[in-house]
Amino acid sequence: MTKNYLKLQFYSLPCNQAFARDAVAAFCVDCNPSLSVLSDIKTAVSEAVTNCTVHAYKGNLGIITVECEIEDNALHIKVSDTGRGIDDIEKAVQPFYTTLPDDERSGMGFTIMQTFMDDFKVNSIKGEGTVVYMTKQLNPEVENV
Amino acid sequence: MKVQTARSGGVLRIKLSGEMDEYSAPQVRAACDSLIDKNPDARQIIINLEDVAFMDSTGIGFLIGRYKKAKRGNMTLKVENPNFAADKVLSLSGIYTLIPKV
Repeated sequence: MTKNYLKLQFYSLPCNQAFARDAVAAFCVDCNPSLSVLSDIKTAVSEAVTNCTVHAYKGNLGIITVECEIEDNALHIKVSDTGRGIDDIEKAVQPFYTTLPDDERSGMGFTIMQTFMDDFKVNSIKGEGTVVYMTKQLNPEVENV
Repeated sequence: MKVQTARSGGVLRIKLSGEMDEYSAPQVRAACDSLIDKNPDARQIIINLEDVAFMDSTGIGFLIGRYKKAKRGNMTLKVENPNFAADKVLSLSGIYTLIPKV
């Protein structure tokens, strides 16, 4: 498939989470990914967008931007916000680490993004926002299960 | 999400259908807690995930919350028939050591 690009911008409302993950999955369908790969992508996008709603904007209205690019059968996703930023990225990406333990948060969001995607990176500046980069091979020769 | 229930002896089975995420979780949490409160004599709660088409880490938090509630009421909690996507999320978290899969 030739190079393709998608950009979505939407309010940080919880009702937009399903829209975001379904839109990214639909964008990939032309590359014939397996159901397992699509499922991994949807879950990772949902985690990234949820982080923007819950942590970056803390329930206040903000803009979430999701950009996707397909090149050489790989999907590159960038999820960005202009929210409060992450205090300590090293801590935040640890499994089960959560700043909101009383809200039934599992602290597994970043772990799922790291595990389900082939490549993952997060940059954040306090008071300016966070950007998550993820890559997934859409037709891997040997698929991780 | 849709929440359905069936009671058989000491077993309260709660069947969830739909997509579990940050948006749907509050409603499902309230519905399940209400069902547990209405069945204080149940000894075992089984949450059936067969028709949960999508679940992110919100589902882990939801299940741990219900596990704690069940434990306070001297009930055990199990999950039943998660699809491959939900199963992958739940396996990664290690939650099955706390909440067995049946």
